[in-house]
Amino acid sequence: MAMQRILIIGASSAIAEATARIWAARGAELFLVGRRADRLAVIAADLRVRGAASVGCHRLDATDIDGHAAMLDAAIVAMGGIDIALIAHGSLPDQKACEASVAMTLKEIDTNALSVIALATRLAELFEGQGSGMLAVIGSVAGDRGRQSNYIYGAAKGMIGIFLQGLRNRLARRNVQVLTIKPGFVATPMTAAFSKNALWARPEAIARGIVRAVDKKSDVVYLPGFWCAVMLLIRHIPERLFKRLAL
Amino acid sequence: MLSSWGQLPAAPARDERWWADRAAALPETGSTLLAYGNGRSYGDVCLNGGAMLLHTRGMDRFIAFDPASGVLRCEAGVLLSEILEVFVPLGWFLPVTPGTRYVTIGGAVANDVHGKNHHRAGSFGCHVRCLELLRSDGSRRLCSPQENSDWFAATIGGLGLTGLITWVEIELKPMAGSAIAVENARFNGLDEFFAINASAEAGHEYTVAWIDCLAATPRGILMAGDHAAPGEAGCPRAPSPLPLAPPRLPVSLINELSLRAFNQLYYHRRLPANSRMHYAPYFYPLDSIAHWNRLYGRRGFFQYQFVLPLAERAALTEILRDIAASGQGSFLAVLKTFGAVRSPGLLSFPMPGVTLALDFPNHGRATLALFDRLDAIVGAAGGRVYAAKDARMSGEFFRRSNPRLDEFTPYIDPKFSSDFARRVML
Repeated sequence: MAMQRILIIGASSAIAEATARIWAARGAELFLVGRRADRLAVIAADLRVRGAASVGCHRLDATDIDGHAAMLDAAIVAMGGIDIALIAHGSLPDQKACEASVAMTLKEIDTNALSVIALATRLAELFEGQGSGMLAVIGSVAGDRGRQSNYIYGAAKGMIGIFLQGLRNRLARRNVQVLTIKPGFVATPMTAAFSKNALWARPEAIARGIVRAVDKKSDVVYLPGFWCAVMLLIRHIPERLFKRLAL
Repeated sequence: MLSSWGQLPAAPARDERWWADRAAALPETGSTLLAYGNGRSYGDVCLNGGAMLLHTRGMDRFIAFDPASGVLRCEAGVLLSEILEVFVPLGWFLPVTPGTRYVTIGGAVANDVHGKNHHRAGSFGCHVRCLELLRSDGSRRLCSPQENSDWFAATIGGLGLTGLITWVEIELKPMAGSAIAVENARFNGLDEFFAINASAEAGHEYTVAWIDCLAATPRGILMAGDHAAPGEAGCPRAPSPLPLAPPRLPVSLINELSLRAFNQLYYHRRLPANSRMHYAPYFYPLDSIAHWNRLYGRRGFFQYQFVLPLAERAALTEILRDIAASGQGSFLAVLKTFGAVRSPGLLSFPMPGVTLALDFPNHGRATLALFDRLDAIVGAAGGRVYAAKDARMSGEFFRRSNPRLDEFTPYIDPKFSSDFARRVML
């Protein structure tokens, strides 16, 4: 396999870090973007020991749209180009608090959807220009149907799902892959407060699925795979019934 | 709920925190703390009932590696298996490894684990160059044989009581290949064991013996090994792990009947005098069965591991006779001699002598009574019992058999404690 130059946004998230470890072991070049420089430095050192050909770091809050262009320039300078971009940043909103706050709701939409769309727009332009590239974005099964327990998060993830569908359609003949990753429940620091059952997956398992989907140039992947069947079922429950369910 | 490998009944911790950031300050808590790594110690050294456990598996990052010297620095929650995965392909091996690779390096230091090369390499602590210790007062100490050497000595084998080990630096060793050339030899009786073991130790890097502790005369198989370049047929592959873990069972599948059958078959199986195998089945025969501890059923099991000075072979015979008479015991009985390389650790378990480890299904009072009888023999012979395996020895016995405990005690962090510490040290 040719050496891969990989940009990871939200690189200190548990799923992104686990994915980066697999790519590092393959000898990839990596460029990590995240909010905390100290966390990035710790992760970068780890990835170097694991075999990454090079690891660059760039501090950026992904909602800082004005900083996106400079970040992409820095990644291109550091690696000589970008073959794969993984957009993995996000937050898990406090649904109840959002219901009582317009400002908080819009902020969550900004973090989980608008910043992603801004990044994807720039990366699509770059990949279209170079006639190659893989844009992988972490969505969620929550984006497949709105539920009372987390529809703000779901709406944001649903928005990027539709956006990426359109982008995939637009770029299909330009040798550019667009991958929507839809993890189910993942045991990460972001979900530390939830009690876990057999439906919960470990970030390492999700990471293996992401690397496999990128290798296979998949379009949409549910991780673990059983969520594909679960969500098919959930999407097909009639709304008259669905609205009465405690989900 | 976090539990130890023996699955014995224990009071749960009140608070379990996932710990991933080595730079973070310790949590504010009204109770005591203890690091919990991967839960592979058998008894209660990794438990802190009613208080707080810091689940350190999240601190699993490598920090630096020098390919010229093999010096590796990594966070305390890194598993030995993760070190092997990254470094075996590069030609490096752990300087010392215990019988499972699923332990954190922090746990390997805190229990000062040993392996099949003890006769040459000493314990894990002998290969620690440096570590960082975070105390509850917020201070961080670099500890090494040169710097803060008193803290270093207390923390090697210190059962996690001196503070939180945030990272560890060890020296990996270069190896010829991931294959192990193994020489097998059957022995009948302890005299024969000691005779063939002495020559095996002189000629081989690794030695270990399986022993049938239910036989009238102790018999077993000595397996000596050395790292080897892949043979002409290429390197033997590691066996795949079993796809499914055993379920939680109401009763133990391991009983006198199954043991006798297993031991009979195991002793008489076809045994090539020389073979070449992947390192994993040689060092970690049970790692391919996830949760093998569940075979012992809901009541859990004990492991009893002791060491005796070499001169006390009569005591070893006596112990084996007691165990055989009891009809208890397990198929994984492991016999090994320790060499003279001293660990820096104040509470380190190994001493020059012979060590035997056995698993026992938990039959309650009968099992505990057997252990008390064994303790008496071990104690009289000047030996000791391994804290990492223990869930029941008396404080009096622990204190008597660890003469440097008084030197150790001042280094215990006032905010750190464990079920084990409360049981035997106070």
